[in-house]
Amino acid sequence: MKDNEKCVGCLICMFACGRAHQAAGLESSCIKVRSQGGISRGFSVFVCRGCDDPPCARACPEDALIVRKTGGVLLKEERCTGCGYCVKACILDAIGWNNGKNKPVICIQCGECAKSCHYKVLEFVRK
Amino acid sequence: MIKEDPLNRVLYIDLTKKKFWIEERPELFTKYIGGTGVAIRLLHENCPNDIDPFSPDNPIIFAVGPLNGLFPIASKTVAMFKSPHTGNLGESHAGGRSAIAIRMAGYGAIVIKGKSERPCYIAIHSDKVYFRDATTLWGVKEGLSVGSLIRRQEPGAGLRTIMRIGPAGEKLISYSCVTLETYRHFGRLGLGAVFGSKNLKAVVISGKRDINVTNFKEYKQLYEELLLQLAESEKMKKYHELGTPANILPLSFSKGIPIKNLLTNEIEKIENISGESFAEKHLGRRVACSHCPVACIHLATLRKPYEDEPYFYRTVYLSYDYELIYALGSMLGITSSEDVLKLIEAVEDMGLDAISTGVILAWITEAFEKGIINETMTDGIVPEWGNTECYVELIRKIVYSNNELFNDLRRGIDYTSSKYGGKDFALTYGKNEMPGYHTGYGAHIGYLFGARHSHLDSAGYAIDREAMTTQKTVEELVERIIKEEQWRQILSSLVICFFAREIYTSDVIHKCLKLSGFGFSEEELSEIGREIYADKYRFKIKCGFDIDNLSLPKRVFEIPTSLGFIDKDFTDKAIVLLKEKIKSLL
Repeated sequence: MKDNEKCVGCLICMFACGRAHQAAGLESSCIKVRSQGGISRGFSVFVCRGCDDPPCARACPEDALIVRKTGGVLLKEERCTGCGYCVKACILDAIGWNNGKNKPVICIQCGECAKSCHYKVLEFVRK
Repeated sequence: MIKEDPLNRVLYIDLTKKKFWIEERPELFTKYIGGTGVAIRLLHENCPNDIDPFSPDNPIIFAVGPLNGLFPIASKTVAMFKSPHTGNLGESHAGGRSAIAIRMAGYGAIVIKGKSERPCYIAIHSDKVYFRDATTLWGVKEGLSVGSLIRRQEPGAGLRTIMRIGPAGEKLISYSCVTLETYRHFGRLGLGAVFGSKNLKAVVISGKRDINVTNFKEYKQLYEELLLQLAESEKMKKYHELGTPANILPLSFSKGIPIKNLLTNEIEKIENISGESFAEKHLGRRVACSHCPVACIHLATLRKPYEDEPYFYRTVYLSYDYELIYALGSMLGITSSEDVLKLIEAVEDMGLDAISTGVILAWITEAFEKGIINETMTDGIVPEWGNTECYVELIRKIVYSNNELFNDLRRGIDYTSSKYGGKDFALTYGKNEMPGYHTGYGAHIGYLFGARHSHLDSAGYAIDREAMTTQKTVEELVERIIKEEQWRQILSSLVICFFAREIYTSDVIHKCLKLSGFGFSEEELSEIGREIYADKYRFKIKCGFDIDNLSLPKRVFEIPTSLGFIDKDFTDKAIVLLKEKIKSLL
């Protein structure tokens, strides 16, 4: 997050995240944009920060989330049973959910969200 | 349409029986696209000809289109209903989170009928519909509180729309609005009163889903091209920066902004209520509708001291736009930006349409000056140009006083001036109060013949701007008005924000529709636009709208426009020609 105060709440980043997951719409997006208790107070954006020791991966009973050296986690879909523990473990609420597949949608650290934001609310930095 | 697209699903809600059901209507969307096109068909299907607008049988229809949720700035919802203000077509468009919420909940349209026994609100979360008790919310005086109360009760944060009415809607004032996300509105023609007549305080909608496209690679490419244009094109600059109030100074310079009920087209210190002045003194934040990168919603801060307590202030955020500054500013002789904001706050608190309210207050002031109404009739208030306090008081009286004049004013100035006199300076068009452009023939003829009597029907003011350099004949003017309004039926069926009309050219729209699984040719699209326009007129006429008895308010001939005085012979000829053209379409 670079500057939450500049967020206009357009959700363009959420749609960009969906497209990065080969989808049009919002279901496959793992970004959340919420008002800070009413639009007049502005918005907060919640997005995966690529933790070094990610709680989501630790919470997975099937070891379906593999920690990547370059940041973030990778979902091994075949191992995932759709228990949703990873979603609960992320206090940033930065994991999406695909109802059709009944599996989480994990940030792939592509930076498309930051690229699509005209207000430079988000910044993508590789470790 | 792509087979699995939920667009074709219509959600029906019966408030009397507290029931809901979903019907798949692919034929409706493949023929009429969505938005305006689908809403007018659903209005014909669901609204009996001769009902009172406050009958439980009057449907509230919300419709979105195939581009909503797929492409940027396709961010609007169309609402249709029988208008309590005009007695015929009620059509209003709003952004906020509404369009994306409806699309993501999995519907192309929602039809609400019946009347709840007690105040209620409806919560639609994807396939589930809940009827919630709203007795506690009924009668809440501050317009902004209802949203925050509902926000605490419902899921879907960040994606949901919360549409609600204020005291004006509860009291069935024929020009009351529905407020969405605090700062957007279904403003015109009285949807708020239709909500009120159904004991419906609010509608919450949320959902989250993916939508299929015919070719993902092409979709992604086109999306990114459009996003870039919306961000960088000069055509969008005005909306990015000052917003629509950027129009105040140029229109004032060209004498195109109505002042003091159009008694004049000049006023000193208008620069104090310009877009530049609002931005400099008050702009506190800019926000956007869902899926729109432009962020044209300008929020001003208004700092109000407590009179009885030192060092205590209340700071409110209020959205301002050109039309509000016109109706609650120049039209009332107000040239203080702070005073305009005070009036915006009063109108927001009550849940009234800002344009109609401003024009009504202007009519009251002139009627008072001319002795048509007096102090006894106004509960002792003396209306006076530029006097904000008296206007705030009048707004409250319109909503809460039960005396005869205020009761009548709740039905607009067409009704009030028919009863008391003062018709010559009642600025109404087909019973709807005047928008803020006194630019010439295009604007006025456009308001009169637009299917919803709005400046957005055909943007006649833009036609007037062209006429400043190239004069138009009656035939050319009529042709332009009809052509523009018919094309706008396509834009509002998709449903794209009109601000992006120059980006969403016919060519771009074809590509977008193809990716959404619609294969219309250019001719077919024109034909659909024509048919929707005709269908709106069919509905109006079915409800008793008298196309043969339309005339412009006398006042508009008395004050020069941006193009000079309006010539009555010219407008008479245009009116005759437009009548013929419209009748030939029916």
